[in-house]
Amino acid sequence: MSSTLLRTVPALRGAVRASGALKPASALASTSFVRSKATLPDLPYDYGALEPYISGKIMELHHKKHHQTYVNGLNSALDTIAEAESKGDFTKAASMAPLLNFHGGGHLNHSLFWENLAAASREGGGEPDGALKKAIDSDFGSFDNFRKQMNTALAGIQGSGWAWLVKDKTSGTLGLVTRANQDPVTGPYAPLMGIDAWEHAYYLQYENRKAEYFDAIWNVINWKTVASRFDKA
Amino acid sequence: MVNISSLWQYLALQSPLQSMSGEQFNITKMGLTTYSLPQLPYAYDALEPHISAQIMQLHHSKHHQAYVTNLNKALESHVAAVAANDIASQIALQQAIKFNGGGHINHSLFWKNLAPAGSDETSLSAAKDLVTAIESTWGSFDNFKKTFSAILLSIQGSGWGWLVREGGQQGGLRIVTTKDQDPVVGGDIVIFGVDMWEHAYYLQYLNGKAAYVENIWNVINWKTAGERFLGTSSSDNMPEL
Repeated sequence: MSSTLLRTVPALRGAVRASGALKPASALASTSFVRSKATLPDLPYDYGALEPYISGKIMELHHKKHHQTYVNGLNSALDTIAEAESKGDFTKAASMAPLLNFHGGGHLNHSLFWENLAAASREGGGEPDGALKKAIDSDFGSFDNFRKQMNTALAGIQGSGWAWLVKDKTSGTLGLVTRANQDPVTGPYAPLMGIDAWEHAYYLQYENRKAEYFDAIWNVINWKTVASRFDKA
Repeated sequence: MVNISSLWQYLALQSPLQSMSGEQFNITKMGLTTYSLPQLPYAYDALEPHISAQIMQLHHSKHHQAYVTNLNKALESHVAAVAANDIASQIALQQAIKFNGGGHINHSLFWKNLAPAGSDETSLSAAKDLVTAIESTWGSFDNFKKTFSAILLSIQGSGWGWLVREGGQQGGLRIVTTKDQDPVVGGDIVIFGVDMWEHAYYLQYLNGKAAYVENIWNVINWKTAGERFLGTSSSDNMPEL
């Protein structure tokens, strides 16, 4: 996972609550700890960069509003869990699992998504080459076949969700998986490339014609990012 | 209560005997309903300004139509699979039947529990018994509204929120959610439902779904809701929902 996803900030939870006031940093050495807070990553391109395949308005809302909501929800879930944990209320902490999964997954999924897209005039579109191309050819027969299968998987999602090209870390082979809602890709799978099939990802431009969105998005897939994830996985 | 008995009737007809005649099966030949898109009981722009005409038109003529089309397709394939004694294909089709059948049932219920703001149907006085039951269950109507709204906003992903009468016509009131297009089944009676798929509000409200939830209260058809509560609703019992 990209290191830009989590920004490290010091949290002074225990000490501040205990004393009711901030103490000099040196006095906190034994009671403070470092907490990571999720923040909205900058897009690696302008909101309008993916036009005409994904409109600037969609990108702006998707990044600035939807993704931000997941970031806020994740931080709030983490705060609630930390608070419950500090009180020994593990029932409360455990009850946050669905919200942590949803907002944490939303944050991870979108962060991966932005980076596996690029302007068609820059790195976006075309076909992968090198080792990734070889792997796709060997595991899907051909790039065309892979694209067809991915679009079929996307069209088959009932409700909100994502489709991912993944690398199975145990076997090294590529595969396709779908995930409901914001469930992140976990376990033996390393996510290489994701496509958001939530309606908010396309509705303002494509309305109910989601197949057109699934066709169009191949023009802005950043294969350089996908290849680098493949190499590292 | 929505009559989904045709679907159950269909499923019940899958005895091995049915496939012995060697005939090509289709839904019509089996005396089963081919589902069709119900007409809206109002114009596309009737729910403005709370739900835009563009949303209503797409939602009804495109989304709901797709559920109907794909339900019929899935049922046809299912009939063929039954005729061929192909159990694997029958099982493989269950999810498509549930999704598209649910989509058809849910939207059919939804259209009828909406009405133009300011009409007699949207007045709480059109559902006195239901309102009394709501007040006794949630303390006050306001509290019910707040609770229902919060539950709608907590849905993760696509889904629906419903006020139901639990277990049948004598049951108590309860708020439930279903994911994606899962319908309310198992004997609960739907009083009214709210569609929380993004396509239900996005063109007008964008990511501001709280405003959609706030405004939907202006167009709830309390007359229909009250009739469903009392079991006196006749229109929902048509085979076409």
